[in-house]
Amino acid sequence: MFVSVTLQLLGGLWTTFQIFILTLIFALPLGLIVALGSTSKFKLLKMIIQIIVWIIRGTPLMLQLIIIFYGPGLWLGHNIWSGNEAGRIAATVVAFTINYACYFSVIFRGGIEGVPVGQREAGLVLGMTKTQIFFKVTLLQMIKRVVPPMSNEIITLVKDTSLARIIAAYELTFTGFSFMKSAGITWPLFYTGVFYLAFVGILTLIFNYIEKKLDYFR
Amino acid sequence: MAILEVNNIEKHFGRTKVLKDVSFSLEEGHALAIIGSSGSGKTTLLRCLNFLEKPNQGNIIVKGEAVFNAGEKELNDRELRDRRLHFGMVFQQFNLFPQYTALENVTLAEKLLAQEQVGFKANKKEILDQIDDHGMELLDMMGLKDRASHYPHQLSGGQQQRVAIARALALKPDILCFDEPTSALDPELTGEVLKVIRGLAEQKTTMIIVTHEMAFARDVADEIIFMDGGYIVEQGPAKQVIDNPQEERTRQFLSRYSEG
Repeated sequence: MFVSVTLQLLGGLWTTFQIFILTLIFALPLGLIVALGSTSKFKLLKMIIQIIVWIIRGTPLMLQLIIIFYGPGLWLGHNIWSGNEAGRIAATVVAFTINYACYFSVIFRGGIEGVPVGQREAGLVLGMTKTQIFFKVTLLQMIKRVVPPMSNEIITLVKDTSLARIIAAYELTFTGFSFMKSAGITWPLFYTGVFYLAFVGILTLIFNYIEKKLDYFR
Repeated sequence: MAILEVNNIEKHFGRTKVLKDVSFSLEEGHALAIIGSSGSGKTTLLRCLNFLEKPNQGNIIVKGEAVFNAGEKELNDRELRDRRLHFGMVFQQFNLFPQYTALENVTLAEKLLAQEQVGFKANKKEILDQIDDHGMELLDMMGLKDRASHYPHQLSGGQQQRVAIARALALKPDILCFDEPTSALDPELTGEVLKVIRGLAEQKTTMIIVTHEMAFARDVADEIIFMDGGYIVEQGPAKQVIDNPQEERTRQFLSRYSEG
């Protein structure tokens, strides 16, 4: 019994991990782009982005996920997400990417604005181009500033993946829950918790390592 | 011929006029000190010279070449950069890059410029070594050879400012500008920075120094400009302006200093 529960939970973990890693890969750069847009000189662009961020942060992620998964089928008459597991994961990743990009963008914006103007000006008077200033001067200082709030947000993402259960993606929590429904046993629920703890534990170690790596300057 | 000519510069922020009809010139090898109370426009003037602010009126000529002309079309980034490199700038708050060592701070811009030269790839190591040697020379000149591999936060304010001076010198600007270089320092650290600037003056570095150190300005500068309310109120040989000011406003300003 223990072995078969473990194997099934590992299957659920794999789905959870896919949602997690794909969301990170897409939401990090998208968040940076949104952040640059929200600090842009163009007032209209800034306003549009502010409204989008308000809507996405102001409504539940679960609601967004339901709309993204079921919406196209009901509006267009055919489901753009294939009904299999891969389709459910894809829909989840899309919903999560949009949601997390908005949260990340606010953190990035804080990081960008937290770098003193003097850094940019020092680069300018030394004849650096704007691109050189971004990559050689401000980027690393920004990363250092965003690591602590980012680690918070990314750990939340691990646990938010359990929302994918609402569209029947067979992720970790759904898997653990299924044993209770089918066999009436509760210990797999606690065992499921151990999986999350291990996942977050590894992430914490990684973040600690990054923070330490960036500790050489202030 | 003057190395720098500034003609009729005006600058306003919104409706506030910060610089009004500012004109002066500077001879090669001379040091010019700009004095005046806070808000008199001294710093804005320096920032205009370094293209950190864009004047609304006037023109700036370096070595006979117009580097800024209020009427001309917008410059592209490269043109702007070439013109900007006539000037070096040392900031009040140092503005060193915290993630780089003292030496890296000094050499970063020079290395980035070298990458654009033809033939960089072929002689990469040689060129970079040369730039490092040059950086070490400059740090040595600042008395900081043994601090080359320190990060800014490991240095005192005075040391940081000296690194910033070395960094500004690295690109061999025609005119080196200082924006209140000792105002952010503890009093006991101002001496080491002023000594370095004095040394540069003795080597006939062309400099513009915005400062509140009147005695220093009198000793080190060749000429002094006194600014008030966005105008140049008085300009002349340094000792004359400090010891024997012609204008009433200059006298008032200087008397506040001698009392303090």
